[in-house]
Amino acid sequence: MTDQELIWRIAGGSGDGIDSNSRYFAKALMRSGLDVFTHRHYPSRIRGGHTYVEVRATPDGAASRGDGYNFLLALGDSFARNPSEDAYYGNEELKPLSENLDDLREGGIIVYDSGLIDDEQVEEIDLHERAEENDWHVYPVDLRAIAKEHGREIMRNNAGIGVTAALLDMDTSEYEGIMDEMWNDDILEANLAVIQDGFEQAQEFDQSHDLEMPDHGEPDEQQALVSGSDAIAYGALDAGCRFIAGYPMTPWTDVFTIMSQNLPQFGGISEQVEDEIAAAALALGASHAGVKSMSGSSGGGFALMSEPLGLAEMSETPVVLVEAMRAGPSTGMPTKPEQADLEHVLYTSQGDSARVVLAPGDQQECYEQIRTAFELAYDYQIPSILIYDQKLQGELRNVDASFFDREPDADPGSVVTEEDIAEAAEHHAGKFKRFQYDADDGKEGVSPRSVPGQKGGRFLATGNEHNEAGHISEDPTNRVLQMDRRLAKLESIREELDAKGNQTHHGPEEAEYGIMCWGSHQGTVFEAVDRLNDAGHSVKAIGVSDMMPYPEAEVSEFLESVEECLVVEMNATAQFRGLTQKELGRFGPKLSSLLKYNGNPFEPAEIVEGFESSIDGEELTVNNMKYVPAAGD
Amino acid sequence: MSAFSAIGEQEEAEEDEFTPGIEPQPTWCPGCGDFAVNNALKKAMANLGKNPDEVLLCTGIGCSGKLNSYFESYGFHTIHGRSLPVARAAKLANPGVEVVAAGGDGDGYGIGGNHFMHTARENHDMTYIVFNNEIFGLTKGQTSPTSPKGHKSKTQPSGSAKDPVRPLSLSLASGASYVARTAAVNPNQAAEIIAEAVEHDGFAHVDFLTQCPTWNKDARQYVPYTDVQDSDDYDFDVTNRQEAGEMMYEVESKLYEGEVLTGRFYKDDRPSYGQEKRSTGEMPEEPLAERYYDEDAEWERCAEQLIEKHT
Ligand SMILES: Cc1ncc(C[n+]2csc(CCOP(=O)(O)OP(=O)(O)O)c2C)c(N)n1
Ligand code: SF4
Repeated sequence: MTDQELIWRIAGGSGDGIDSNSRYFAKALMRSGLDVFTHRHYPSRIRGGHTYVEVRATPDGAASRGDGYNFLLALGDSFARNPSEDAYYGNEELKPLSENLDDLREGGIIVYDSGLIDDEQVEEIDLHERAEENDWHVYPVDLRAIAKEHGREIMRNNAGIGVTAALLDMDTSEYEGIMDEMWNDDILEANLAVIQDGFEQAQEFDQSHDLEMPDHGEPDEQQALVSGSDAIAYGALDAGCRFIAGYPMTPWTDVFTIMSQNLPQFGGISEQVEDEIAAAALALGASHAGVKSMSGSSGGGFALMSEPLGLAEMSETPVVLVEAMRAGPSTGMPTKPEQADLEHVLYTSQGDSARVVLAPGDQQECYEQIRTAFELAYDYQIPSILIYDQKLQGELRNVDASFFDREPDADPGSVVTEEDIAEAAEHHAGKFKRFQYDADDGKEGVSPRSVPGQKGGRFLATGNEHNEAGHISEDPTNRVLQMDRRLAKLESIREELDAKGNQTHHGPEEAEYGIMCWGSHQGTVFEAVDRLNDAGHSVKAIGVSDMMPYPEAEVSEFLESVEECLVVEMNATAQFRGLTQKELGRFGPKLSSLLKYNGNPFEPAEIVEGFESSIDGEELTVNNMKYVPAAGD
Repeated sequence: MSAFSAIGEQEEAEEDEFTPGIEPQPTWCPGCGDFAVNNALKKAMANLGKNPDEVLLCTGIGCSGKLNSYFESYGFHTIHGRSLPVARAAKLANPGVEVVAAGGDGDGYGIGGNHFMHTARENHDMTYIVFNNEIFGLTKGQTSPTSPKGHKSKTQPSGSAKDPVRPLSLSLASGASYVARTAAVNPNQAAEIIAEAVEHDGFAHVDFLTQCPTWNKDARQYVPYTDVQDSDDYDFDVTNRQEAGEMMYEVESKLYEGEVLTGRFYKDDRPSYGQEKRSTGEMPEEPLAERYYDEDAEWERCAEQLIEKHT
């Protein structure tokens, strides 16, 4: 055992069981006491194609994908086996091997399925020459034959696990335990036999590599392996959300699915409806009737929600929406991450709009901030949007299970009871003063909210401007009073958010340089910051989560304290840097951008390199990234 | 005690309980058919002994959408075409509330057509009243989905080349379990039909013929009318989908020839969506909204699920 990290990449076609297999493998490593982090790469295709998942395992804290990887398990794409000569897909059988070589580190291990990829094909891609150059250790194994002998061909992946374990000197018992929880009888037996056979065959190999399993102790606490979507769904349930309406769209579908699977047991309701306009409208309807509710989508679907979103603002109907970003514009790249919907989410819908927008930076923040989103939406009668992306959506990471063991929040916020209604001083012509100008319950701009069925509480909710009872009104004085009241909420919300401390700081406080990021790259940026400091730079970082209202004071303080700041984000137009400049109205000359928008998330080394060339004023040498200097540079 | 004590509280009500206290006079034009819908709805609710606090009226946008301002109840004046999704979720969230949705023909059969089809299909327990005046009223007289073929308007100056939609057939085909048509010129029938629709456990669609004297100059377009239930000339079984469909086809064809047939055309007692959803375990037995007010309610935390699946 060593303290080196393992980054294990399993590659195959979609449908080859890459996803579930890597999940079990990551869980097994987690149970054995390692910290794990997974990174998924897949095409917008149901069967076949080139897909991989990386499982990074370190003895202590893995908050990001790593740089490249050091173990490749190439299954071969079984769905590409029968292409006619000129088939559209070409020869993809080889892809899980051929497409994955560029990022394999020196000294790395390659295991490929010789039952699917033959010597001739290996020749085609000069595997042996390249292996020699890079000191790769290549182990062909007929995984397909092993799988078929004991079970079915699809079990190739488990044969690969057996081989992996033998090569890394790893105990297979944790993994077998997971298989035991998953399967019964024949299937379990077949899988175990496949793992064992793979293990035994690989033990016979003449092993020449140095890579071993990283050192690990027992985990201190029970660990849970969760994705951003898991954390959002569980956070919503604990926030008291019992109604969800949605329409599938990648990557939002994940949250929607997890919620739908859980809500019935929690006594809640899930509705898959005809489109996203309906989905958002249903969420408003349920909320109007007194239930904490949510909806969500990805870019295109969220665009359809623009009008119901405005209705929520004007009618002051609380609602939580989730926006899961993927590369755009339009349908863009459905399975690739990007952080380019920020402006869409901040500014979509007509009029001077006020909403809460939060962008969590990791799994814990997903859980925490969806709860905050509900709390603010229902306390302030305002829509809250949680924006995250395809990267955070699918990445799995281990977190102490106790983190999620929190009190559910059943409080529907600013809703009044029938007794309160009966005691209310003023009603307006039979209607309750739902939109009272100067109600003072300590939260600025918030008026009392009643719910249909409550005696004496009736009012009209409307998207038109309206008076205190909800009657449509174009009276200029009323307009200004209502508008100011609605907008005033943002001020109190800003104070509440500041107190929550959603922004995450990393690195030495006195550092000379800053890096700013938002959303899913927080962990990658923080890892890069550690490396930069180890290399003698003086850098600190801030991961900003509050997008609206913007944490003016905290970010200003951060920016005042550094010479220059690099803003790292995954889009082509520096949207978050733009927001920062707009909100703070200064610091323009201090802010430069490191942008990546090729569909693949940043690796820590890329940020290190981007930072170094930015302070040296050098040309960026890293592929696929763009550096945009500060204004006035 | 329920947090929603207005629900099911009274047995009798006065019509004027549904008239707002010091409302402005309706801004509908003199002679507009929308007045008749308002009157019929008030009458129906009073006859059923509803309390304005237990009724939720969701409207769309248009002259028709203004109904919310002149009818006293809880209200949600939503956005163009979207009254149905708002209404049906409110009903799922608190099934005790009497939910009515209303809007125009542009609102319901045009921009909201998709929601209409799906709400009918799912057979939500609610009433949907469409003010069918064959025109866009509020945006000043453009051709609507129910305007007759050849209808000239500012946006179709040479006359519409489109056949009008057939709302009754559309409703039936989509899965509505109650379909009726009434007319502003027939106030007694209108109130009866609306009351029946409100009582119906399932999606009850009422196509309400309302004249628009401002943009459809012929304000008497629905006179004379025949109530099919009162007439010996029409004999069909309202519970038989095929017979009802044939009847609707005839009714819709004749409308534009000047023969106005009204009445109840279809009624089916299949379980509503809420009942179906409860039977599959997808919906709680108790009204969901009540739980938020019940201090003894148990709120499960997610940790158990999480530990089971993720550790
Ligand atoms: C998304 C959207 N598109 C267009 C409009 C403008 N608009 C308001 S009312 C209306 C037509 C209403 O016609 P109809 O539904 O037939 O109702 P009526 O006014 O005749 O009662 C339109 C197009 C709008 N408010 N929202
Ligand atoms: S425009 Fe037509 S529908 Fe609108 S109020 Fe006037 S008469 Fe009624």
